[in-house]
Amino acid sequence: MSNLFDLLVAGLATGAIYALVAVGFTLLWQTSQTINFAQGEFVMLPAFLMLAAMHAGAPFWLAIILGILLSMLLLGLAFKMLLVDPMLRHGVLPLAIATMALAIGLKEAVKQFFSAEASPFPSIVPTGDVSILGHAVSLQSIGVLVLAILAVFGLTALLNRTSLGHQMQAAAQNPTVARIIGVPVERMILLTFLINAFLVALASLLITPIYLAKFTSGEVLGQAAFIAAIVGGFNQVRGAIAGGLLIGVLDNLAAAYVSTQYRAAVPMIFLIAVILFRPQGLLGRAEERTV
Amino acid sequence: MSGFAKPLKIAFGLIVVAALIVVPMNFNRYGLFILSQWAVMAIAAMGLNLTLGYAGQVSLAQGAFVGIGAYAAAIMTTHGWPLPAAIVVAIGLSFAVGWVLGYPALRVQHHYLAFVTLAFSTLAFLVFRNESWLTGGIYGISNIPRPHIFGIATNKPLPFYYVCLGSLAIVSLAVWWLIRSPWGRAFMALRENPLRAQSLGVDTRRYTLMAFAIGSALGGVAGALYAPLTQYIDPVPFNLSLSLDLLMMVIVGGAGFFLGPFLGAMIAVLLPEWLRFTEGYYLMLYAIAVMGLLIWSPTGILGILDRYLAERRTKAASAQRAVAKSRLETAQ
Repeated sequence: MSNLFDLLVAGLATGAIYALVAVGFTLLWQTSQTINFAQGEFVMLPAFLMLAAMHAGAPFWLAIILGILLSMLLLGLAFKMLLVDPMLRHGVLPLAIATMALAIGLKEAVKQFFSAEASPFPSIVPTGDVSILGHAVSLQSIGVLVLAILAVFGLTALLNRTSLGHQMQAAAQNPTVARIIGVPVERMILLTFLINAFLVALASLLITPIYLAKFTSGEVLGQAAFIAAIVGGFNQVRGAIAGGLLIGVLDNLAAAYVSTQYRAAVPMIFLIAVILFRPQGLLGRAEERTV
Repeated sequence: MSGFAKPLKIAFGLIVVAALIVVPMNFNRYGLFILSQWAVMAIAAMGLNLTLGYAGQVSLAQGAFVGIGAYAAAIMTTHGWPLPAAIVVAIGLSFAVGWVLGYPALRVQHHYLAFVTLAFSTLAFLVFRNESWLTGGIYGISNIPRPHIFGIATNKPLPFYYVCLGSLAIVSLAVWWLIRSPWGRAFMALRENPLRAQSLGVDTRRYTLMAFAIGSALGGVAGALYAPLTQYIDPVPFNLSLSLDLLMMVIVGGAGFFLGPFLGAMIAVLLPEWLRFTEGYYLMLYAIAVMGLLIWSPTGILGILDRYLAERRTKAASAQRAVAKSRLETAQ
């Protein structure tokens, strides 16, 4: 029983990171039909930007700010202007391929300009354990969980409570009508790209202390976030959150109770089952069939 | 014009084939390996081009079928079976698995299908890695023999390159025939508009499954050649990134063009080698080249050519129209 509790906490903590990454993924899909196969690499890069800033002599807090700003510039603005905008009108597939190439490019750039070795990364949460209900739970897990949940709640509050959020949703759901009623659709799309960049930078900051900064660390994470987004509902922010938590917990439980060798298979089989029996995702809306 | 273009095309094709036969004769071992790899990957990409380019079904599992073919060939040939028998088994096995993988395509499309096939890819990788009684696990299978073809040993790189090239030629002819047959037309009908295809009496169910099965079978063929080419296989080359690479080859070459996979495989296999003089930067430059190409022409390299030809044709047609019009006016 105690084992189960620990597994759940650890699972929720990783799941919260998946949720952060998956939410950005669904935001991009909703506003601009972009499937970003480089999303995992987008999480990998900010940690290296922060490390580079620290190597240049910046203190940790400044490195974090610089890292987040640079991510928003590179992974938000530049990504949208240089890659997505020129390719958007050509359909989903070429753009998806281009983001695969981008993933290769980012990985290689980090390997070449930074290091092929894994680097340690300072944690913003103090290490150590606290006792909850008689269980020793690592502060890091709790910190990650709390920060990720705060970010996600902040985002949903922005989307649902503010006029800006309503404009963003209108732009995502029906750009033509949104334009007619005066929503600056282009600006809203840019905003979602910036929010995605912010979320991946935050995820990077939270997860890198646990798994080290490595140029390949985006691969697994990107895949987990995709699965989370699809399981929860490709077109729903709350779906992505639920999917992320679910996949995180499932992954941890599978490692303990199924087999360590086939641990990665469990979320995959779950994914296939969800797609076949409920293609719109557990919390998603069915998209209209295009003829 | 077309009466003139056809012999020109045939002559150009013959020159390319002759060059592929003659030029590598004085290549070194590594050059021959890379060129053989190109031939093998072109076969796998051709299979994916059938599934994706002609039938319009997105698949991220082609790399898994290359793996299935490679393991079938490796296991059988190390147990003393001849390679042709292994190829037949590889084809049969990937055809059957590809057929089953086609079923999700009957229910879901586009990105959902991409993710089902992606999941399949990962599952296949786990099986290759974990079922060590069969696949040797992470240690893989070594000493995979190269075949004797008509009594000639192909242990040396050059003869085996000809085995790969010959297989590529056979597969190309088969695919060429297939896309010109009613099947090929049914595939294209499926891609252009599934509902209309159905209303015209195309059995969309059967052809969707076929598109997956035949495309996967070609992946199996490529794998069965890949195993003796490298003579050692482990699970790593058949992970998801091979499937992504193959998808990139098809799109970059030009999905739905017969010659697309040849060019795509050339870019994916040879371009990084040519860029090797840049040392650590080569994959980065490759990635930038792919992105640049896709921004410039999302329909791939052959898309550029196609656009150019279409433009010329429109120009020629409007010129003809102008002539006809002026003649009509003088006649009046």
